[in-house]
Amino acid sequence: MSTVKPTPPVNRLGLVRGDYEGSPTTLCPGCGHNAITAGIIQAAWEDGLEPHRVAKLSGIGCSSKTPAYFLSHAHGFNAVHGRMPSIAAGVHAANREMVLIGVSGDGDTASIGIGQFIHMIRRNVRVVYIVENNGVYGLTKGQFSATADLGSTMKNGTPNELMPIDLCAMAIELGCGFVARSFSGDQKQLRPLLKAAFSHSGTAVIDVISPCVTFADHEGSTKSYAAVKEHDAPVHDIDFVPYFEDIHVDYEPGTTREVKMPDGSFIYLKKLEADYDPTDPDRALMTIRAGRREQKFVTGLLYVHPDQRTFAEEWKLGEKPLASLPLEAVRPGRAVLEEIMDGLKTGSGG
Amino acid sequence: MNQIINDFSIEVATVNGSGSQTANSVLLRAIFQMGIPVSGKNLFPSNIAGLPTWFTIRASSKGYIARRKYTDIMVVMNPETAAADVAKMGPGSMIVINDSIAVPEIPADRFVYSVPMKSLIEGITTNVKLRRLVVNMLYVGVLAELLRIEEAEVDRALTAQLGHKPKALELNLQAVRAGWAWARANLKKTDPFRLERMNETAGKILIDGNTAAAMGAMFGGVTVVSWYPITPSSSLIEALIGFLDKYRRDENGKATCAVIQAEDELAAIGMVLGANWAGARAMTASSGPGLSLMGEFAGYGYYAEIPAVVWDIQRVGPSTGLPTRTAQSDVAMVYQLSHGDTRHPILLPSSVKDCFDYGIQAFDLAERLQTPVFVLSDLDIGMNNWMSDPFDYPEKPWDRGKVLDDESLKKVENWGRYKDVDGDGIPYRTLPGIKDPRGAYFTRGSGHDEMAHYTENPEAYSRVMARLKKKFDTARTLVPPPVVEDDKTAKVGIIAYGSTHWAIVESRDQMREQRLPTSYLLLKALPLTQDVQAFVERHERVYVVEQNRDGQMADIIRLEMPALAARIRSVCSYDGLPINARTVSDAILEQEGLPPTPGMAPPAERASETKKAVEGATR
Repeated sequence: MSTVKPTPPVNRLGLVRGDYEGSPTTLCPGCGHNAITAGIIQAAWEDGLEPHRVAKLSGIGCSSKTPAYFLSHAHGFNAVHGRMPSIAAGVHAANREMVLIGVSGDGDTASIGIGQFIHMIRRNVRVVYIVENNGVYGLTKGQFSATADLGSTMKNGTPNELMPIDLCAMAIELGCGFVARSFSGDQKQLRPLLKAAFSHSGTAVIDVISPCVTFADHEGSTKSYAAVKEHDAPVHDIDFVPYFEDIHVDYEPGTTREVKMPDGSFIYLKKLEADYDPTDPDRALMTIRAGRREQKFVTGLLYVHPDQRTFAEEWKLGEKPLASLPLEAVRPGRAVLEEIMDGLKTGSGG
Repeated sequence: MNQIINDFSIEVATVNGSGSQTANSVLLRAIFQMGIPVSGKNLFPSNIAGLPTWFTIRASSKGYIARRKYTDIMVVMNPETAAADVAKMGPGSMIVINDSIAVPEIPADRFVYSVPMKSLIEGITTNVKLRRLVVNMLYVGVLAELLRIEEAEVDRALTAQLGHKPKALELNLQAVRAGWAWARANLKKTDPFRLERMNETAGKILIDGNTAAAMGAMFGGVTVVSWYPITPSSSLIEALIGFLDKYRRDENGKATCAVIQAEDELAAIGMVLGANWAGARAMTASSGPGLSLMGEFAGYGYYAEIPAVVWDIQRVGPSTGLPTRTAQSDVAMVYQLSHGDTRHPILLPSSVKDCFDYGIQAFDLAERLQTPVFVLSDLDIGMNNWMSDPFDYPEKPWDRGKVLDDESLKKVENWGRYKDVDGDGIPYRTLPGIKDPRGAYFTRGSGHDEMAHYTENPEAYSRVMARLKKKFDTARTLVPPPVVEDDKTAKVGIIAYGSTHWAIVESRDQMREQRLPTSYLLLKALPLTQDVQAFVERHERVYVVEQNRDGQMADIIRLEMPALAARIRSVCSYDGLPINARTVSDAILEQEGLPPTPGMAPPAERASETKKAVEGATR
């Protein structure tokens, strides 16, 4: 009897899923972040991202440890607390050929790093910015973060009495061209969102509610698994068809919206109860506010504007990444120095 | 009465924002163009318009370009400070005053020229706003007449300043001529001060250190700049933006450098680290408060070993301090910027030429050492105009350091990001985008081993830290060495750095006249090189002269050579004004038990003293 070892499936680059994995997680068993890591691995593999073209960036916190757990064939940069967006801006300015996957948490993004988060969006740095949002500081053992919902309690029963910061609403307000919210327990939604974000030419913010099993999974916590499952309110079903897959999707007219990304990929958004137009920022903000009033987590692609002016356009950069310019391109010739010196001798330069 | 030729200082007291900058530049450049060594210093307030400001111009036939302690000629244009400005002028000095400004009676042994500026300017323009700006040109004309500045050189200097605005040029020229004509017709020259053409500035340039640094960065191949505006460093980046715009475009007119104005200094240094990590040549420029904010990322850059170039144009601290005054008080902070055991190489430019050279060299050093390199300039070098020889084109290609690409990685068997392969403490790095999966690694500010893996292992942590120390010792051999001038007869040595250098040059001559020969070591960088210890060993007493309160460099030297610590003495100047030679000389002479330099001698007497000194020297 002969046994045939099954061939593991490969993606368009001929890589197996294992090529997108990283070192084993050191987070708590059952942590929502691990599910997001799995989502990133799956999405990157299915999408056929070239691992060496990816740079993984993060700040500090439980979430920020996770880039070690996926894509070990990509460079990683675990920065200082809240300051990953500036690293992203620097890397993107230096080498725009890299796909940047940034992983942050709610403490990292909504508190210490909120300034950098805001200015990253203003500059439209091309990065898939994932917030693994659980409303608590995990590594320092359970203090509230700035995204903790009003009335949500700590393990000891202390309620949060400050208004939460809604990162999606803020991103939309700032003109971010890709804003989504998802739930770590909903891979069906998360994966196409991630793939769509990989195709986006500017900042893509995905705020993923990711329950903390150790400090926020109790009754009274609004971001426990049970609470999120109960209050998750997707605005649509989402499908992503990448540019390299020659698939034409036929939907019944009026049931589905399609969004074309600059690289030729398509996002298909299937209507659920009501039609949701993700290209209307006012509608998006209203929907988020209504959701908060009704204590619902509104999830899905909340706002998209794929044709945003890119960083490279804004900074008038050439095709070639700045990091790979040869000396001749960046050191002006002798005549230039002479010209400047002559001006300084006669007093007309400088 | 003896004449004082080409050796005096002029001070113009005006109101900030009154347009006196152009007038003062014209004076400075005209004197420079007459071949006379000259320096100008702007002593300005942290204010856009309205507060008092002073501009000092020093002509020195001997080529001394430090600030002079005493002013010989005062131009009084600011009613608010007029009384104090006049009061500080000694016997034999000269005062040019706008006659509509009331001052207490001036003693008869000062040479006073009262100029009816109000009526003169009224004849030039009816526009009140323009009058306020152009009135400064009147004193240019008056001084030109009194000091014998050549008309053609004034015209040339003014054209260079305003040639691009013909209307303004015409108006200003008219004002200069009006001042000139009035002085010629109405003033009888009684003072001893005169300028005479020399040939000491031929081929030289006038430039401020920030512009020189910007030029260096451009030729150094900078590709990413991130910055947050702060006095006195903003003009460095603004000059750089101008240069990049003009000289650094590709064949399609696209930019070959991204300049990003950050939201704060925390982000500025973050972008610089991110960009350098990805293979760009990235830099930022800031000043004390900004450097304080950069602390966390500076330590990250040290520990994760990422190149970066950071210019600190020092101003007076602590805290907000005096934002528009000069100091060298960031040395201790920057040397160890950040928590934990952190050390950074520092370059110490003492001239505009150094600013240009270090603008290039800092990148080579940062990439060679894979660590942030700090360049400590200051407001005096950075924002004032200095005479200099023209800069030299960089003959060497750039040094990108130990970077492995796909080709070179193939030859490496078991690459580890933080392995010390060559024994110099400097590992090999790869850049994001490398195809070979073995080239990928995870950069972190947390504990890591040679393979860049996370670890809290005590041995691995200690090993990495010990290697970083070894790398810092390698830095000692790579940073620019000091410039040493030994006097074989000297028991006393002087160590100085940065802008203090120019006062030392003059001070050594002064002390020689007081029978105190000195040797001199001009420090160009930290960490200290071997030469410094040898210099201290050769001298009984070594004075470390610097512009901060605590003698920060003196402390660093004492700590690095404890056996010689008793030889180190400290001379500090920390009033926010550029250090002057007389203060240095007197402090050292006092500690040496010698009489001070001749005090504030009336210029008339000074002229004969100079004569005596010259005779003494030739005897």
